[in-house]
Amino acid sequence: MIQLIEPYTEDKIRALKMGDMVHLSGLVYTGRDAVHKFLHEGGKPPVDLQNQIIYHCGPVVIKEKGKWVVKAAGPTTSIREEPYQGHLIEKFTIRAVIGKGGMGPKTLEACKKVGCVYLHAIGGAAQVLAECVTDVLGVSLEEFGSPEAIWAFRVKNFPAVVTMDAHGNSLHAAVLELSRERLKLLV
Amino acid sequence: MRNLKPNLLELVRRTSAELPDDVVNTIVSAATQEQEGSNAQYAMNIIQSNIDMAKLKSAPLCQDTGSILFFVRAPRGFDQLAFEKAAREAVAVATAKGYLRQNSVDSLTGKNTGNNLGPGSPAIHFHQHRGTRVDVRLILKGGGCENVGAQYSLPDVRLNANRDLDGVRKVILDAVIQAQGKGCGPGILGVCVGGDRATGYVHSKEQLLRTMDDVNPEPALAALEKDIVVSANKLGIGPMGFGGATTLLGCKIGALNRLPASYFVSISYMCWAYRRQGFVLNDSGKIVEWLY
Repeated sequence: MIQLIEPYTEDKIRALKMGDMVHLSGLVYTGRDAVHKFLHEGGKPPVDLQNQIIYHCGPVVIKEKGKWVVKAAGPTTSIREEPYQGHLIEKFTIRAVIGKGGMGPKTLEACKKVGCVYLHAIGGAAQVLAECVTDVLGVSLEEFGSPEAIWAFRVKNFPAVVTMDAHGNSLHAAVLELSRERLKLLV
Repeated sequence: MRNLKPNLLELVRRTSAELPDDVVNTIVSAATQEQEGSNAQYAMNIIQSNIDMAKLKSAPLCQDTGSILFFVRAPRGFDQLAFEKAAREAVAVATAKGYLRQNSVDSLTGKNTGNNLGPGSPAIHFHQHRGTRVDVRLILKGGGCENVGAQYSLPDVRLNANRDLDGVRKVILDAVIQAQGKGCGPGILGVCVGGDRATGYVHSKEQLLRTMDDVNPEPALAALEKDIVVSANKLGIGPMGFGGATTLLGCKIGALNRLPASYFVSISYMCWAYRRQGFVLNDSGKIVEWLY
């Protein structure tokens, strides 16, 4: 198990390899469909994204006794952000993207160029991952609706697998190719 | 019917936080198939911890609490409007309590209604029967797996799939290839052969009301269901698409008649977070049995 701890430097990110299992500790910003479209169209980010991590997540956050409490916080499907992600990684020097299902060639290219990885969280594991959120530091762009807002979370030992590294390797592309080859033997 | 709203609220809570035993048993058994120290085993271990934790905390298993799909079988004279009203109220309360995420968005304005209520949400399918009991089932189906569902029109030239069960098999396996890990595998397929485009998809979702060990009474479909699971698990896609032994946990196939001109195969992919629950109410509205 590799510990990935803030600050997220380019060296730490480039040292990660496809297939590495990591425990992440530090700051992450949630952002999904509305946020990506907004930033891609030139919207000004309400938080500084340089050397930060974007988490494709629409959490369930409830206010209890005046304090935000994260009730569920698993990843959402990342491929929907493929039209925007590469551009945003380059524009803001984003160091990691957390999500599920993997992303495509544009994102992989940007990861290589900038020094960024794709961390695959376990889809559906909302409770295990909510337990890893130790603090809610704030929320912005709440007008997009609670799941679509940018939530600033501090996480500890957040489990993920590096499925796209900063060296042009994608586990998703590899598994797709393997499964297509195997299908030929079955039909 | 007395206590309908609190009973439905409990149904929503239980469905969102607890997987049925038949699903948990299948997941536990599948986890043992993965290689020691693999990414796939890592994923299956986290999935199992998550199932335990959600139940313990009475909190949503997955943050995408999904489309809210009620299937109701009720006697003649049952007040559907009263049921609908109680279901809507229960859903709004469940959302405020955090059992459900704010998950219903106006398709034109993009505005989240904040309480899961709006045109089409919740979706309620009513069927009448001649008994006295009311059978209420609920499926919560997240967007990740709903997005990888697919409908094929046979013949399909690209896949060399003709209008027979071999063609059906080819398109189902294609859907599994297309889905890869994006639908939060290992998944469960509900499939309908035939019908029109709308009834086919509904029937494919109704297949997901069957338990994992339910055997199709139609031998040809029972054999196909078995074959799909074995074949899909040879593809090597694995949990979350990390590569591995278990790509599918199950496959359930139903058939509807079709027009001579049409031959649809409708496939609903359900993620491992297979949230279905149900209960039976007697004529005074008391829960007499939990169904899963």
